[in-house]
Amino acid sequence: MTIPSDPKQVKAICFANIHVPDMRKLEVARAHGAYEFLPTVLNEFDSSRIIDEVKTAGIRGRGGAGFPTGLKWSFVPRSTGKPTYLMCNADEGEPGTFKDRDIMRFDPHLLIEGMIMAGFALDVHDAYIYIRGEFLHEANILNEAIAEAYAANLLGENILGTGFSMHLTVHRGAGAYICGEETALIESVEGKPGRPRFKPPFPAVEGFYRCPTVVNNVETLSTIPAILKHGGDWHAQIGQPNNTGMKIFSVSGQVNKPGNYEVPLGTPLKTLIEDYCGGLQHGSVPKAIIPGGSSSPWLMAEHYEIPLTFDELAKAGSMLGSGAIIVMDETADVVAVARRLAHFYAHESCGQCTPCREGTGWLERIMMRVEAGQGRPDDIQVLSDAATHMAGRTICALADGAAAPILSLLKHFPEEVRARLVESAA
Amino acid sequence: MSASEQPQFSEARKAEIASLVSRYPGARSALLPVLHMAQEDFGYLSMDVQKLVAETLGVRLMAVREVVTFYTMFREQPCGKYLMEVCTNASCMLNGANELVAHMCDRLGIRVGETTPDGMFTVTEVECAGACGGAPVVQVNNVYHEKATPESMDALIEKARAEGGAA
Ligand SMILES: Cc1cc2nc3c(=O)[nH]c(=O)nc-3n(C[C@H](O)[C@H](O)[C@H](O)COP(=O)(O)O)c2cc1C
Ligand code: SF4
Ligand code: FES
Repeated sequence: MTIPSDPKQVKAICFANIHVPDMRKLEVARAHGAYEFLPTVLNEFDSSRIIDEVKTAGIRGRGGAGFPTGLKWSFVPRSTGKPTYLMCNADEGEPGTFKDRDIMRFDPHLLIEGMIMAGFALDVHDAYIYIRGEFLHEANILNEAIAEAYAANLLGENILGTGFSMHLTVHRGAGAYICGEETALIESVEGKPGRPRFKPPFPAVEGFYRCPTVVNNVETLSTIPAILKHGGDWHAQIGQPNNTGMKIFSVSGQVNKPGNYEVPLGTPLKTLIEDYCGGLQHGSVPKAIIPGGSSSPWLMAEHYEIPLTFDELAKAGSMLGSGAIIVMDETADVVAVARRLAHFYAHESCGQCTPCREGTGWLERIMMRVEAGQGRPDDIQVLSDAATHMAGRTICALADGAAAPILSLLKHFPEEVRARLVESAA
Repeated sequence: MSASEQPQFSEARKAEIASLVSRYPGARSALLPVLHMAQEDFGYLSMDVQKLVAETLGVRLMAVREVVTFYTMFREQPCGKYLMEVCTNASCMLNGANELVAHMCDRLGIRVGETTPDGMFTVTEVECAGACGGAPVVQVNNVYHEKATPESMDALIEKARAEGGAA
């Protein structure tokens, strides 16, 4: 399927060809337009034109932070004499998120083409895809697609005779959520434990082996071919102002048809859940919704009609994050969910900041006894203090993510917590 | 492999490692990929295997140890022939993952983290497997089984037993 040049007609960008059988094969991908526009980009575009188009497109990073992609690319210093590296973030570890996996297993050439274009814009000669270790099947598919691309001279030396050379390597992680954080990811590709670095310097200036390094999410990079083919203005007309484009939402939890749905940014949450996901498993109003991956503050039924944009979710005190929506219906045990997430963050903290290492441990221990109905009278206060004090005082945002579910639970469901304290058990 | 025998990479592996190293600015970058290869070849990362990896890449043993202990996919102990990793994170939990683990453990007569006495099955709980739309998710030797049920897991265990034999 070719993507319509009328922005109002666009139904999908990253998933435009996701259902085409064997799309992962180069021949099939080419029959559906893959690499069609690449020669034009390599021959007729230059770096500043590409970066300008991406800026005009208004695309914000799809990995979690929502930072404008064109702006990030423009921070890369040129003529430092050092190489610039490109890293695709395919770590996909944020609980609730499962979209990048579908791009990689069903349409790997889309990502590869996006990386060639990004690499050309940034004068990159070595690019890497950092994929979570568990995605072995997806890593194999990518490696096959990359081998086909090399054989067709779409990668390697002197790509399509244009004089541009770029190598692409798949790098498997090994089971550490923190490696999705961009500086931890870089440490990991340097062969070290994934411990985030202090910022600044930002990776765009000083990253992989202290060289300028751009880290972008799979979905972000997979949008680049459509943006360059149809133009930044075209992309800017999809979605909402400052929140442009299509977005893949990974919806899971207690809905009837969980899955990945690509919709324009600004689509109401309720529409996504009722019209696409077949509604809730029980009842008609959600008990709580995690809108942007497990690290995002929870929304309640009053936000059911919220338009899904970065800005609207921020206004509601949460975030769009990676677009991972976890739905809890009226039967959900919200205390158990918060306890499970507390366990996750305690397990995944890299341990280098005291507030995070100690705080995540505290939250988990207290939540365990609360869940078991053994909470102590002052546990609510301790949870609230611990969560409040760890957020914003650490090297990376994991600590904020760990605090979010606990603070959400205390704010919206204090009575459910109180019911599990020992004094009130009687 | 007897206790005195040192593990070695095959010639094919050595060539693969050399070509891998050339893709990075520094050899140490190949550490995670080479540890994955070693785990595939030797089953788990014994101290001897970690030494082999350190020598092969020219990095200190300490650097290898640090990485092996940091990343949960690297194992310093052998596990069952079938490693069954059940995601119990939020979306899977909301779709019955805890009941599923309990069922599997019950069926196999082990607790979470344990291996059956015949060395066939290990059951562990893992963090979000990145496939929450198919909750609950069980990875069996790195193959994803989505929308897993007690019945589908029973069938898998039966099939493995029929094909298996002790590891
Ligand atoms: C704890 C933590 C985990 C993260 N995990 C991921 C991840 O799995 N995938 C991802 O793309 N970004 C992840 N991020 C965000 C990255 O740091 C980074 O912002 C992103 O890869 C940039 O790409 P983008 O601008 O295209 O979104 C994570 C951030 C934090 C703090
Ligand atoms: S906040 Fe937590 S995960 Fe992030 S660097 Fe500090 S200790 Fe590590
Ligand atoms: S929560 Fe189980 S796969 Fe994500």
